[in-house]
Amino acid sequence: MGGRLRIILPLLVLIALAVVFVIGLQHDPRKLPSVLVDKPAPAFSLPALSEGQTVVTPDALKGKVWLMNVFASWCGACVAEHPLLLAIAAKNAVPLVGLAYKDEPADTREWLAQRGNPYTQIAIDRNGLVGIDYGVYGVPETFVIDGAGVIRYKQVGPVDEAFFTEHVAPLLAQEAH
Amino acid sequence: MIAEIGQLLLSLAFAASLVIGLQHLWGLRRVAAPGVDLAAANRILGTTAFLTFVLVAASFGLLATLFMGSDFSVLNVAENSNTLLPLQYKFAATWGSHEGSFLLWNLMLCGWTAAVALASNALAAGYRARVLTLLLVLQAFFLLFLLSSSNPFERLLPAVAEGRDLNPLLQDPFMVIHPPMLYMGYVGFAVAFAFAVAALMEGRLDPTWARWSRPWANAAWSFLTIGILLGSWWAYRELGWGGWWFWDPVENASLMPWLAGTALIHSLAVTDKRDALKSWTILLSLVAFALSLLGTFLVRSGVLTSVHAFATDPKRGIFILSMLMLIVGASLVLYALRTRDIGLGGRFGKVSRESFLLANNVLMSAALGAVMLGTLYPLFAEVLSGRKMSVGPPYFEAVFVPLLLPAAYLMAVAPNLRWKESTLPAVLRPMLLPTLAALLLATAAVLWLGPFKWLTVLGLTGALILAWGTADHARRQLAKLSTNGDSGSLGARAGKLGASYWGMVIAHLGVAAFVAGVSMVKSYEFERDLVMKPAETVQVGSNRITFIGVDQGSGPNYVTQHGVFELTEGEGKVIYLMEPQKRMYQAGRQVMTEAAIDYGMFRDVYVSLGEPVEPKPGEAASDQGWSVRIYVKPFMAWVWIACLMMAIGGGTTLFDRRYRLRRAAAPAADAASASSPAQA
Repeated sequence: MGGRLRIILPLLVLIALAVVFVIGLQHDPRKLPSVLVDKPAPAFSLPALSEGQTVVTPDALKGKVWLMNVFASWCGACVAEHPLLLAIAAKNAVPLVGLAYKDEPADTREWLAQRGNPYTQIAIDRNGLVGIDYGVYGVPETFVIDGAGVIRYKQVGPVDEAFFTEHVAPLLAQEAH
Repeated sequence: MIAEIGQLLLSLAFAASLVIGLQHLWGLRRVAAPGVDLAAANRILGTTAFLTFVLVAASFGLLATLFMGSDFSVLNVAENSNTLLPLQYKFAATWGSHEGSFLLWNLMLCGWTAAVALASNALAAGYRARVLTLLLVLQAFFLLFLLSSSNPFERLLPAVAEGRDLNPLLQDPFMVIHPPMLYMGYVGFAVAFAFAVAALMEGRLDPTWARWSRPWANAAWSFLTIGILLGSWWAYRELGWGGWWFWDPVENASLMPWLAGTALIHSLAVTDKRDALKSWTILLSLVAFALSLLGTFLVRSGVLTSVHAFATDPKRGIFILSMLMLIVGASLVLYALRTRDIGLGGRFGKVSRESFLLANNVLMSAALGAVMLGTLYPLFAEVLSGRKMSVGPPYFEAVFVPLLLPAAYLMAVAPNLRWKESTLPAVLRPMLLPTLAALLLATAAVLWLGPFKWLTVLGLTGALILAWGTADHARRQLAKLSTNGDSGSLGARAGKLGASYWGMVIAHLGVAAFVAGVSMVKSYEFERDLVMKPAETVQVGSNRITFIGVDQGSGPNYVTQHGVFELTEGEGKVIYLMEPQKRMYQAGRQVMTEAAIDYGMFRDVYVSLGEPVEPKPGEAASDQGWSVRIYVKPFMAWVWIACLMMAIGGGTTLFDRRYRLRRAAAPAADAASASSPAQA
């Protein structure tokens, strides 16, 4: 190895690594393409949390764009996304179904009483079986389902400010036509 | 209020490091800056080092207080603790998050800086001032990162009633000790880095540079070894997969600085003793710390996925990357500009202790390159082709073994070589018979244990001759002293050889034990996956395991399914009651396996409890079967003991006489060290 090269080489390696890292940081390694996207939303029928309603099932929502948010009272990140869900609910644009995942109904109720309830209906998935059908591997997750009952997008982790405008509003505009 | 005080203390530490660091970096930019009062500069720098250490330590104490008191108005506490958490884990949760662990990282850095300030009075005043200045500037960088994007004291308003709990995976006694040890190692390389950069700044390598950098590098390396050992053992106990090294990106992130550090401590020995390999040693000092920073970046930026990765935040990633580029880039530019002036140093023959240590450097660097390539390849692939992929153990094992097994053979020979010039026949002739004996012994053992594999034979032979070569060298060193007229007792003669020498002996025997352990466990481990019903017995190797049953239990913050197995040997003598568990943690509803392990010097038996099997119709519920996984791991304990020996060896070198003499005597008395026996 030439003397000059030996001296410069470490610097070159560092620069090459830096370029790859900068590009790599733009990718999210956790963004695993969900196998369920563009597949029909799995059917379920679960007891409802609110009084006056007995079961929650996606069949009743056919023909509408709707959102399903997987949450739990024991989930810290759910607290972070809660204000955004309340904001989405305030728009009154889409039904927002809550899936209370592996949670005690009493805890769920208390949690919602403290923070406000953004959901149009809440399904109790106490043993997490519906969660398995939907491939839930962390709470919170949010599914966007179109009028034909097909899952169009899945948000892993808390929703952010851009969630509604990027993934829900276009679908609403599209279906309105 | 506590949180605000903690943040204030951190800010003060940052301000002090920044102002004093930058002021002196400017003031000391030339070798003999006119009008600089070095004694005064050293006083200010030393005081600042102590002050920042006290400030950051106090801040860390306050964060721990918040965790102990479950103050859920602090975001960090709310997200990583819970009132049900046992006290020791409430404390350990202080470093359970990215923010808290980075505060620990900073505390370690300040601790090392303060230690350097305390123990470097023997250094030339200008050099010491530069080293401390550089460490303070590093502190300022990392404290800035902590305060600006990872504030551990951030408030959560309104406060929540209950915290989200510490990840159950981290609720383990090892959580208390593994991260501190690992960070001590990572951060410790900052000292060798500062020594090297200070030498580059001066544009000349003082012969004392390597001598004074050595104990710091050895200490950091020993801590890192302990940290990696604990992490590996933890994975073995906790994950229930029966493995102890998974080539996970974060494990690799700790292995890379370890490999660079291993090369560094040997290269430093050559530079210290022979004034040779100078630019190599400088480069390795820079690279070892750069790789510690790279590890920090990989774990904390979310650029790679791993079980260890902290919450992803691209902003943090960019910040750490910028810091890494600035620190490492600046030091490498300095290296490129100045290394010519420094030169390679002393010359040596093709066959000499120097050349063998250089070969060791090359092998370690090649292994390091291979690990780095495998770790970053998925990232390269995604950047270049957009495809997701992963690189697994087969790649790492295929490249690692051929690179590092030869190192064991070189190590057996190296201590017998003389510095500067040696002849190979003279050194190899006494090795010939033992090598043959080792080869025969290993072959016989492998034939007896069945399936014959050459790699196992080579591994065991390497371990045997390394152990023999190291022990025999020590014996001859002791004998030489008495033939040279030293009539002292064995202990007195051993003392004459110096702590540095005995450190090497212990560490090299550790490597021999490691090679033997890995060869055995990799060749002869086996596992059984089966469904067992109560009272059923299964034969594994020379042991039998009887499934007694599963009952329910509960811990402070979990409920558990508690299995009981009897391990018997020979004629039904119960030697161990094995109690694997499956715990469900209440706060997060996560299930964790706790394997039961019967440790033995020559084999571990490892049982982990799987899932219950639904009883068939007509069967009583008490007859319910459980899926059970059993592993037998021969010589597993050797791997842990080996790593411990390496770390102890590294630690032993710190007690070498010349470091103690040096502190007592004036720095001018340079000749004393030459009398201690020349050892790598």
